[in-house]
Amino acid sequence: MAIKDYLRERFFPHLWCSGCGHGIVLNSLLRALADLGMSKNEIVMVSGIGCSSRISGYVDFHTLHTIHGRALAFATGVKLSRPELNLLVPMGDGDALAIGGNHFIHAARRNIDLTAIVMNNRIYGMTGGQYSPLSGQGIMATTAPYSNIDYDFDTVELAKAAGATFVARSTTYHTQQMTKMFRQAILHEGFAMVEILSQCPTYFGRKNRAGSAIDMMESYKENTTPIGSKSKMENPDLIERGIFVQKEVPEYCNEYDKIIEKAMKGR
Amino acid sequence: MNENIKFVQGNEACVEGALFAGLDFFAGYPITPSTEIAELLSIRLPQRGGKFIQMEDEIASMCAIIGASLTGSKVMTATSGPGFSLMQEALGYAIMAEIPCVIVNVQRGGPSTGIPTRVSQGDVNQARWGTHGDHAIVAITASNHQDVFETTVEAFNISETYRTPVILLYDEVIGHMRERLIVPKEGEVPSVKRLKTSVREGVDYHPYLPREDGRLPMSDFGGVHRYNVTGLFHDMWGFPSDNPKVVHDLLRHLVDKIHNNVNQITKYKSYYLDDAECILISYGSAARSALHVVDYLRPRGEKIGLLELQTLWPFPHSLISEKCRKAKYVIVVEMNMGQILKEVRIAVEEPEKIFLANRIDGVFITPMDIRNIMRLIQGKGV
Repeated sequence: MAIKDYLRERFFPHLWCSGCGHGIVLNSLLRALADLGMSKNEIVMVSGIGCSSRISGYVDFHTLHTIHGRALAFATGVKLSRPELNLLVPMGDGDALAIGGNHFIHAARRNIDLTAIVMNNRIYGMTGGQYSPLSGQGIMATTAPYSNIDYDFDTVELAKAAGATFVARSTTYHTQQMTKMFRQAILHEGFAMVEILSQCPTYFGRKNRAGSAIDMMESYKENTTPIGSKSKMENPDLIERGIFVQKEVPEYCNEYDKIIEKAMKGR
Repeated sequence: MNENIKFVQGNEACVEGALFAGLDFFAGYPITPSTEIAELLSIRLPQRGGKFIQMEDEIASMCAIIGASLTGSKVMTATSGPGFSLMQEALGYAIMAEIPCVIVNVQRGGPSTGIPTRVSQGDVNQARWGTHGDHAIVAITASNHQDVFETTVEAFNISETYRTPVILLYDEVIGHMRERLIVPKEGEVPSVKRLKTSVREGVDYHPYLPREDGRLPMSDFGGVHRYNVTGLFHDMWGFPSDNPKVVHDLLRHLVDKIHNNVNQITKYKSYYLDDAECILISYGSAARSALHVVDYLRPRGEKIGLLELQTLWPFPHSLISEKCRKAKYVIVVEMNMGQILKEVRIAVEEPEKIFLANRIDGVFITPMDIRNIMRLIQGKGV
């Protein structure tokens, strides 16, 4: 299927700013779905609130645009009720890890089969540039006018610690890697978390003198490195890209099927 | 012995009613005094291929049942005051997105953690206005286990008919008290199936375009129609819109679909109202004591009657107005500081003849409590 066929052109133009990384994430995600030959009727996309969450309006799947931070909780209901469906859950960094942090760790802990995508631009874009739990110290934001003193989460470490069975990270600069990761995450049976560093030139970029969208993407190239590379050993500040965790662990809906079997037999 | 006769808690009667109505999916979080509902459903649902999940909190529970409902499942969650507070955000979502679901609130004393193991009816207004923005809501209740069963089935029927969340506003006494329940046979109590769209594959399906009768046929997530669901104001495709006409029309639709059907939705019971000079108005467990007072005083010559409300929201103003017209005085019996009292005063022509008999100390209101207050009102002293 062509990528265009996955889009709801009726609802374009989209609301993302020029230079926003989220469109690149959408492109890579649709390429991954096309590569896998997935049909539109078998995909449910559940999103929360924020710039990133508007992604669900633009794709021709069953789409559920929910409330701030709760996408994974809604998705859990859809998936457990109809395990044969493929769940994609794109979220922003504030959406997934501030207001939605509890749902994030518990969905990971259950190992329910869905693909969580954290589109991390380190800022609340839709409300105008406030700091998020992924902004980190020293970042300027409209609510951190003297610079941010909050430490940031490492999304990958958090997902690992919470029990996610597939954990990966890439950036909007590395689109081919991103597409490949999405393919693997979707095929993975269990909770898959893919973090994508995605530029917000409008707020994060401007507040932090990070330059244009292209400059910000260049910085993803310069400041990231494949997992376990030599340059990581030489420069520990580099952010690693790649698949950190990929393991087979019994999946939640399959385990619940066994509960049904037990219950029907009378234990 | 007839195995359909059970001696059960009200919470169990609620479970029996939900299963009778075709419950497929339950998500919840433990909280006194509703926990038995979750415990029982964790046993019963998988026995018939249904799904039970204990979520990380009440917020997630409410979200999960909405997600499950969209796939075609009949869904429910159960909680009490503090958990009900947490559910308000997603409750508003279910109202806006028109998702059928049932929320049980077995009320305990509040505010805050309050008095978890004791009875209260303090969430009547939270059920009405707990979530933000103008909206309509359906909240129903019952005073005995047979009625709990039937009201629970009715909650599912209303939620499917009007595509709306329905709140079952029980209370701790109803939830934990044991009495007889006769579980009806299949078909003895009507059960409404979900109205599915007849639009065929490949034809444009408008999830939010009401039919002439105002109903919105649904299409299951995972089926042949793909559409958008959002908590934003939306057009007939479910796509976000800030067009003033779209916003106005949708809000009117959400409110009117309930308020234009007050008479169809309203359920109540009346005892000796025809010639009653004194009318007690009550609901939930408090109505048991009110009925006891009526049954005691009637044979002793007092012209007293009881109007037991089962539908609290939408409030049946015209019913109250009509029933109370001839009464010399009306006493609202409830375990809060007068939440239904205020609605009754709005409904009647002479609000000065409406009085309150209540308890707000976590103790169940007794017939003697009501009679003492009646003596005060009648100027007889205690």
